[in-house]
Order: sequence, then C-alpha cells, then structure tokens
Amino acid sequence: MSFWTRHQILEKNSILLVIGILLVVAVGGLVEIAPLFYLKSTIEKVDGMRPYTPLELAGRAIYIREGCYSCHSQMVRTLRDEVERYGHYSLAAESMYDHPFQWGSKRTGPDLARVGGKYSDEWHVAHMVNPRAVVPQSIMPGYPFLAATDLDFRGIAAHLKANRAVGVPYTDAQVENAAADLKAQATPDDAGIGDLQARYPKSIARDFDGNPARITEMDALVAYLQMLGTLVDFKSYDAKVNLR
Amino acid sequence: MADHKEVDALSGTATTGHAWDGIKELNTPLPRWWVLVFYATIVWSVGYWVVYPAWPLVSNYTAGVFGYSSRGDVAAELAELQKVRGAKSTALADATLADVEKDQGLLAFARAQGKAAFGDNCAPCHGSGATGSRGYPNLNDDDWLWGGTVDEIHQTITVGIRSGHAKARENQMPAFGRDGMLKRPEIVEVANYVRSLSGLPVRPGSNLEAGKKIFAENCVACHGDDGKGNAELGGPNLTDRIWLYGSDEATIADVVTNSRNGVMPAWEGRLDPVTIKALAVYVHTLGGGK
Repeated sequence: MSFWTRHQILEKNSILLVIGILLVVAVGGLVEIAPLFYLKSTIEKVDGMRPYTPLELAGRAIYIREGCYSCHSQMVRTLRDEVERYGHYSLAAESMYDHPFQWGSKRTGPDLARVGGKYSDEWHVAHMVNPRAVVPQSIMPGYPFLAATDLDFRGIAAHLKANRAVGVPYTDAQVENAAADLKAQATPDDAGIGDLQARYPKSIARDFDGNPARITEMDALVAYLQMLGTLVDFKSYDAKVNLR
Repeated sequence: MADHKEVDALSGTATTGHAWDGIKELNTPLPRWWVLVFYATIVWSVGYWVVYPAWPLVSNYTAGVFGYSSRGDVAAELAELQKVRGAKSTALADATLADVEKDQGLLAFARAQGKAAFGDNCAPCHGSGATGSRGYPNLNDDDWLWGGTVDEIHQTITVGIRSGHAKARENQMPAFGRDGMLKRPEIVEVANYVRSLSGLPVRPGSNLEAGKKIFAENCVACHGDDGKGNAELGGPNLTDRIWLYGSDEATIADVVTNSRNGVMPAWEGRLDPVTIKALAVYVHTLGGGK
C-alpha cells in the first residue's frame, strides 16, 4: 500500500476513526482552551474590580432571567467606532466574576458594557416601565412589573456561595452578611451602608427605583446597570503592557 | 484491503472491491485540484503561525513576526482619527468657549462634533431634537435651571447635577409634605399661589395671601422673592409658564409634597474634554443660549 492510500485504514475502521477524531479534537482543546487558564496574560492586571454586591448580583440574575442578553451585548470591541461611541474597549478582567458572562452576540439594542452612570436612575425606571416614554423610536418591550414586584432575596447568601464555588472570591463575611448588605444598598441612610462599602469598595447605595418603601426587582436591576463598566480604574490601567 | 486492479469497464474508474447484489462500489478519487488546495492550506497555516500570534508557550505565546495586536490597531486608528480632526480639534481644545463661537469655522466644527455626541449621549433624556420631556428640560428655550451661558452649560455637562461627582451641581428641594414641614391644606394653598405667579387660574376660594406667606417662609431661598428662580442654586423660575413636571395643581402639590431632585450624570471622564466643549457649544447655539 502506498503512502497516499494509507488514509483508507482509518476510513475503513470506524473505531480507529473515532479514536483519531478524539485525538485531533483534544489537540485543539489543549492548544486553544487550556492555556487560557494558566497564561498570566489572559486576564489583565487592573485596579478596582471586585465581586458584585448582593443587590447587583440579584439584578444580574434578573437581567439573565428576562433575556436581556438576546438584544444587548456587554462587549465593547476593539474597533474605532465602538471605542468612540461606548468608551474604552472591554477588558477580560471586567467579566472575570461573571458566571456566565453576558458578552452576547447580537445588538438589537445598544451595548451595555459601559452603561453605568450614563443615565439617571429615574431615566432607567421610566425606560424600563415604558421605553417609548423616553425613547420614542425604541422597540424594546416594557418591563413595568419589575417596579411592582418585591425582590425575592431569601436565597442571596446561597447565590454568593454558588459563585464562590466557581471561583469568585467572596469572603465568609460577605456571604454571612449578604442579605443585610442587599438591604443596605437599596435603602437610603441605612445603618449598614458603611459596612457594605467596606466589603464592596465603590458600591453605590441609594433608592434606585424611586420607591424607598420597598426593595423591588427594579432596585436590583438598576443597581446592576449603574455599576456596569464603572469598576475598573482606567487611570491606573497601562494599555501598553496589555497589548494583545 | 489489498490493492485492487479491477477497473469498471463502463466508467473506467477503479473499484474498491466491495460488491453488494452484484453492484460494485467505485473508488472515485477526489479531484486533483481539491487535494492540492487541501495540502496548500496546510502549508499556509505554517506561514500563519510564523507571522501572527499562534502557539501558547509556558508563560507566554508566540507573538508572530508581524507584531499584530487588535488593541494596538485600535489605538493607532484612534491616533489617526485625531490627525484627521487635526488642527480644528487642537484649536477647539485651546480656544476659550467664547472665542469658539466667534470663529465661524471653529463653530461649525464644534457644532458638528457636538451634534454627533448629543445623539448618543444626551438624546435618550433630552430627546433627539433637544426638546426634552417630562422631567428632562427642553434645551431650545430660554429657561435654564443652572444657567444658560456657554460657560454654565459647560460646567453642568462636566460635573452633572446631583450626579455624585465631587463638584456636582447640588441642591436638594425638601419633601415638604412627606417630611411633615407643611400640612396638606398649606400645600394646596402654596400650589395655587405658585400657579398665580405665571397667571394660571387658581382654584376658586384659594387663599393666595396665605399661600404667599408660606412661599415667603419656605421657598424664596431658591426660587427667589418674586418666584423668578435662582440659577446659582438651580432654583427654577416659577413665573415663565415653562414647567418641568407639569403645571396642574395636583402635580405642583405632589412636587411640594415629595420634592423632585432630577439627576444628570457627570460627563467628565466619560467624554474627553474636547467633546464636552463641543457639546456645550452645540447646546448653547441650539437657540436658547444666553
């Protein structure tokens, strides 16, 4: 049998073919996936990233529950027009505590990776209740029930623990005080705000949904949106050493 | 699996030697051009490994001789953009706001850049024509909460209003009703007095004198003795028939009861200084600038 016809051996033995395919795919995984876990250059060194506060994490769960990712990406790509419009391109470090990440792949609405601080809480609430009230040409559905639904956060400590199990560095104190921290962040002048901000630097505590009497799903979602893209301190970020 | 010499008479192609019901399977080879392209792609990939980032190593990866970097590329493109905007952009950065508006060429440049930035950053609240909506001021008229000169507009865009910025424009209207400073009948009296300031009809039998007294005791610090407002403190003019939240008695009473403290984000840090300057010029020249 000549060299050029030896491939027939694999093609005529299904078990050999399966083993061959497994070997080839394993090489692909080893070369393309495994190095990302040990190469230091995968995730940039940045200041300011911290795990999400319990309220932000609850808001993130609502973001996922309502399928926001199917129309909104959270990834400013390294393209001139995107950096001009949305700000600094997204860093890997910015989604290192995301399980699962919300990069998305479709933009019916705008990218949200840096939406934090761009609009007022009031705007977010009005927009969520009826998007056409503030953006007449919007085709986004309204989510008025968020403002009317109390946030169910009985499982918030377990939620933090589950995130810790997959690598988010929540401390014991953060897990123990999850419910208290959540309440403090959504309640103006709460006694626990100092503790919250000690555990989660730069976290913003206020009444997000304009209804101080209740902690609603709207509080959680707006708290999450107002944090997006604001954690990394770009003043201390060295873009030159992180060229990829 | 031995080499078969058997050739199908009809097609002239070799057979695999595999037969079923008297039908023999042809062993049609792949077209020669296809096989050559296949081998060429393998050779091509080796070249690709050499010039582009490709193989992971122990503590790093092969960077490739082209030095390709998507992040480097976007930085270079942004530098290129600065060059395209060039002299005008530098002039805009260096000029004072008043000088920008005197130079027709620079003014046109600033307005064009300001308009683009407005569309993405400001229009969601103020509307694409800057006409505003309930709770978000119209920027085309002569009514300004925090001042309508180009410098004041520039300052408002830079630091925002109740934005959390260290130098934000900050003034809180008290919730007179919710916090128990005024009783319900007093709130209705002062609401009707406020309506009378701009000549709106008041509820029959309203005690405007009482309303005026309540106004003098609680409201004049920010809204002025005559209700004409105070841009230093962001106190709206109540006499000009321009209403941010509405002019009916119920709305005014609600504002006095619960207060309204609208928030505008600070744009310093989010937008670069030249863009903020362009925005200030654009907003100032929309028609309402002072």
